Amino acid sequence: MSKKIIIAILFILFVVLSISIVRMPDIGGESNPAYNDITHYYIDNAREETGSVNIIAAIITDYRAFDTLGETTVLFSSIVAVFSVLSMKGDKHE
Amino acid sequence: MNDLIVKLISRLLIPFIQLYGIYIILHGHLSFGGGFSGGALVGSSLMLYAIIFGLKESEKKLPHTISKFIESFGILTYIIIGLIGILTVGSFLSNKQAGYSLGEFGTLLSAGMIPYLTLAIGIKVASTMITLLQRLLKEDSHD
Repeated sequence: MSKKIIIAILFILFVVLSISIVRMPDIGGESNPAYNDITHYYIDNAREETGSVNIIAAIITDYRAFDTLGETTVLFSSIVAVFSVLSMKGDKHE
Repeated sequence: MNDLIVKLISRLLIPFIQLYGIYIILHGHLSFGGGFSGGALVGSSLMLYAIIFGLKESEKKLPHTISKFIESFGILTYIIIGLIGILTVGSFLSNKQAGYSLGEFGTLLSAGMIPYLTLAIGIKVASTMITLLQRLLKEDSHD
């Protein structure tokens, strides 16, 4: 009995997700929610505001520099995690 | 690894890989690439050296006493550059407003703080890759 309920719920979920996939905007389409004013702003103003030829570099290290700081912190914390785990194991052996 | 051909070829190739990586890091604001991809190139050349010539030779070239300083230097430079923005105009990581000279459009020393940030990211990524590999190789040689 409970198995049938689970299968029914999963089927409803499958239908809902399938409908949402069909209704997704096209890749690169103009109705895409990611395609908004901010892209035009970057293309028009990146040269005057940052002086960088590479607009992508201007975005990741100037407009979104805080995000890049987070990515660098991820690298740092990965080193800290590996060092703490591996040296813990070494201490136990000795 | 004790293969003569691999040793000779890699000894020949590693300087060129490193030169290309440094070029990509320094030209991050002018052409394709940037800190992450250039740092990965420099780091992979160091990893190639460590794999081919072994952990001992690699630690002779880049001992842990130096690499731990490089490791922290990258991210600290990034944060200090950001803090200069707080001291001058009051917002973290501000570029033009904080008084960095934008320079002439398209030259190497232009775009304010972007080249310095790219350099910091490149140093960080390269040192992360080589430090992880050295640590894992060391763990392998213990057992």
